[in-house]
Amino acid sequence: MSHHHDSKEPKQKKKVQVATGDRAILPEGATTIPVYIMGKRYEVPETLTIMKAMEYAGFKFLRGAGCRGGICGACPTVYRKPGDYKLHFGLACQTVVEPDMYLAQIPFYPANRAAYKIEDLEPNPEIIFSLYPELFRCVACNNCTKACPMGVDVLGYISALKQGDIARAAEISFDCIQCGMCASRCMGELPQYHIAQLARRMYGRAIMPRARHLAKRVEEIESGKYDEMLKSLQTMSHGELEKRYKEREREPDMAPNGTWLPANDPYL
Amino acid sequence: MGYTPEMKELIKRVEATRPARMEKARRGENFPALSLEERAVVLEKFHPDYQKEGRRPIRTGPDKGLVLPEEIASMLESRSMLRPENVDLSNPDFETDVLIVGGGGAGTSAALLAADAGVRVIMTTKLRHGDANTMMAEGGIQAAVQESDSPYYHYMDTIGGGHFTNQSDLVAALAHDAPLSIAWLESLGMMFNKFPDGRLISRHFGGSSRKRMNSAGDMTGAEIMRVLRDEARNRGDQITILEFCPAVELILDEDGKCAGAILYNMETREFFIAKAKATIIATGGNGRLHIKGFACTNHYGATMDGVVMCYRAGVGSTCLFSTQYHPTGVAYPEQNVGLLITEKVRGLGAHVLNIDGEQFCFPLEPRDVESAELIKEALEVGKAVITPTGRYGLWLDSPMIDLLHGEGTVRRELPAKFIQFERHGIDISKEPMLVYPTLHYQNGGIAINADCETTIPGLYSAGECTGGLHGENRLMGNSLQDVITFGRRSGAAAARYVNGGVELKKLTLDHVVKYEKELVEAGVENPMVAPILLPDYSTDEVASRRLLEIQGKLEAE
Ligand SMILES: Cc1cc2nc3c(=O)[nH]c(=O)nc-3n(C[C@H](O)[C@H](O)[C@H](O)COP(=O)(O)OP(=O)(O)OC[C@H]3O[C@@H](n4cnc5c(N)ncnc54)[C@H](O)[C@@H]3O)c2cc1C
Ligand code: SF4
Ligand code: SF4
Ligand code: FES
Repeated sequence: MSHHHDSKEPKQKKKVQVATGDRAILPEGATTIPVYIMGKRYEVPETLTIMKAMEYAGFKFLRGAGCRGGICGACPTVYRKPGDYKLHFGLACQTVVEPDMYLAQIPFYPANRAAYKIEDLEPNPEIIFSLYPELFRCVACNNCTKACPMGVDVLGYISALKQGDIARAAEISFDCIQCGMCASRCMGELPQYHIAQLARRMYGRAIMPRARHLAKRVEEIESGKYDEMLKSLQTMSHGELEKRYKEREREPDMAPNGTWLPANDPYL
Repeated sequence: MGYTPEMKELIKRVEATRPARMEKARRGENFPALSLEERAVVLEKFHPDYQKEGRRPIRTGPDKGLVLPEEIASMLESRSMLRPENVDLSNPDFETDVLIVGGGGAGTSAALLAADAGVRVIMTTKLRHGDANTMMAEGGIQAAVQESDSPYYHYMDTIGGGHFTNQSDLVAALAHDAPLSIAWLESLGMMFNKFPDGRLISRHFGGSSRKRMNSAGDMTGAEIMRVLRDEARNRGDQITILEFCPAVELILDEDGKCAGAILYNMETREFFIAKAKATIIATGGNGRLHIKGFACTNHYGATMDGVVMCYRAGVGSTCLFSTQYHPTGVAYPEQNVGLLITEKVRGLGAHVLNIDGEQFCFPLEPRDVESAELIKEALEVGKAVITPTGRYGLWLDSPMIDLLHGEGTVRRELPAKFIQFERHGIDISKEPMLVYPTLHYQNGGIAINADCETTIPGLYSAGECTGGLHGENRLMGNSLQDVITFGRRSGAAAARYVNGGVELKKLTLDHVVKYEKELVEAGVENPMVAPILLPDYSTDEVASRRLLEIQGKLEAE
């Protein structure tokens, strides 16, 4: 950046601007690129995400922004690039703008969801088939997987379910953020992510073994085992608390869960 | 894309000092840590929580005189969106038993427990159900579930971590309920990380005496939120969910009981009266206020609305002055700004450096001290890098990790971070990262007791918008547990209250009128209008062209 001013230019005191919060400020000389937001051209700084570029252009999100960190699924976006027939999919909060991209957000896409009572569910694929008969309308086109911004193997979990493998479907679909892009592209009109959610809950509730030590701890708590202990802590003097805090014995890092027990510990 | 050519030039300075620093590191030498006295000085001068400037006593309301960050104080010294005299409260648009404000982990847990107790629920939320800080939590959730642990140690670790400033009844409730919360989530079908025999995998964390951090992959909060949301959707007969419909004001009845809230449909800009026998505020944190201009880790709707509404109705706060900053948030690339970089990077030996590649602090000071040192280097010493989007950044020399521990360590130990940066063309095992402190968590908030009651009958609160549980410093994994434990407690308590028989008298907004009068008497000029609902990230240039809004403001003044 030059400090010599053209004498014809009005002298201006340069204010150094530093970005605050999530608002980006364009430094002098920064390059802007054209992008087409729903067909309309805007000049935005390169390196910004689609989300921040749209805000830079003056949009204020109501729909289409949630966590801003790639985990809530509020901001799925479809775009095309010049000279490329392919549709691209991404999260607006994670995808960097490219010159001449044509983009549109799809913040909501309708999908069928079946209600059920979790306590009545056996981990039985037949139940999934009856709640979601459209599962068998899948033609294995793989559009869903291509559209998934999280790189989930959507066809993979749908196929696993068709074969009745709930555990596999639960594991394959774990990274799903329920953005709905797969459903928007589906030839068979499946609500893939709702079906996957059902599979994961069946798996977590009834296929993964329950934690027995947890059930035991719940019993102890409900029997009132810790009530007096906790009550006395609440009225303990600061000095005594601090003393006990410093005296705590630290569980060894390398001890596997369920193996280490301190000797004569009255507080367990 | 990766680093710009200008930044690559700067990285050469880091590389130039690296061999000498590596040699020292191999000898086990590091930049000296601060003494306790020096810590106090740097905290006092540069930690946003300790700084005098940027804070002031609040002039109105139940906590009048309390010293708060400017952004929080002026948000509490605010006017309502509504003109109370124009609101007809006699014809409610919605009537329900329990109104829940906020659809994160706390609000949704409350809705499920209230429904379990047989009452009707309306849950209103600002964005979509689940667009919330709960969704973003990665690390895990505390609960004393292992044989080596007990509620006693959970209590001890929590209150010691909070420097003994915590509210003891809340800590006891948390320690007591935590295993119950985990069992509840397990029964709802949450996929916890487990050993093949079903034993939960529990880990240590900063400040733990026993292994107590339970998790679901590296997206624990998202898994909790998905399961709770799915369950709430199953209960459509009892739970009505209103999205994009934030509450903007509480309604009281003539006896001073809470009687619901005014909702605002952000899409049609209509206001609705929601009359309820009990109301639960579960609106989450305040990261999007960007206190002192800091970036934050929070979701888009974290604007402290619940605290504002309760404060105006006369409910005070606990520890509201206290905010958790994480020393190493991402400063570049722009798409990741504010996101967390785990302490582990420094734990593995990476130095923190200024623009000249020089060390200026011990990399493993306590979080608050480390944050203050980075801020000092940027603001006072003036040796921060300025990124292409105008942000301060300091180098975190991650390539040292492979040099110290062997090729491939970065990839193995920090897989998620590696991928996150690789996506943007930065190989953090070869190039350093740019970091700056980031706003992370609202430590304090609405004052409650262990049944989530506030000082107003019929008004409950739970989750990050409340204060007291963590005192002035939150331990990792205690806020997800906060949300489940107190979300459940608030839902059950509100339902008990309703089932005990509640008779509402005439509805009123007199508390708003009274508060606005107090503003005038206290000489608060041009109070802002709050809750603000969403932050505004338009540039000054765009804002200056928004002529209608500018005109509107002039007329209002
Ligand atoms: C990046 C990140 C990582 C984290 N990691 C961890 C971790 O590993 N372990 C841990 O324990 N904690 C962690 N936390 C903290 C924890 O996730 C949150 O403190 C907690 O989930 C808050 O839950 P909540 O229900 O109180 O609020 P939220 O989950 O934020 O929900 C609040 C809801 O209220 C809505 N709302 C706001 N205002 C209004 C209004 N006026 N009307 C109606 N609705 C409104 C919001 O839109 C939102 O849906 C992390 C936080 C972040 C941001
Ligand atoms: S599986 Fe479908 S809903 Fe889930 S993240 Fe991928 S595209 Fe989105
Ligand atoms: S898009 Fe639909 S039809 Fe195609 S593979 Fe996926 S689930 Fe099957
Ligand atoms: S805003 Fe949540 S995924 Fe993009």
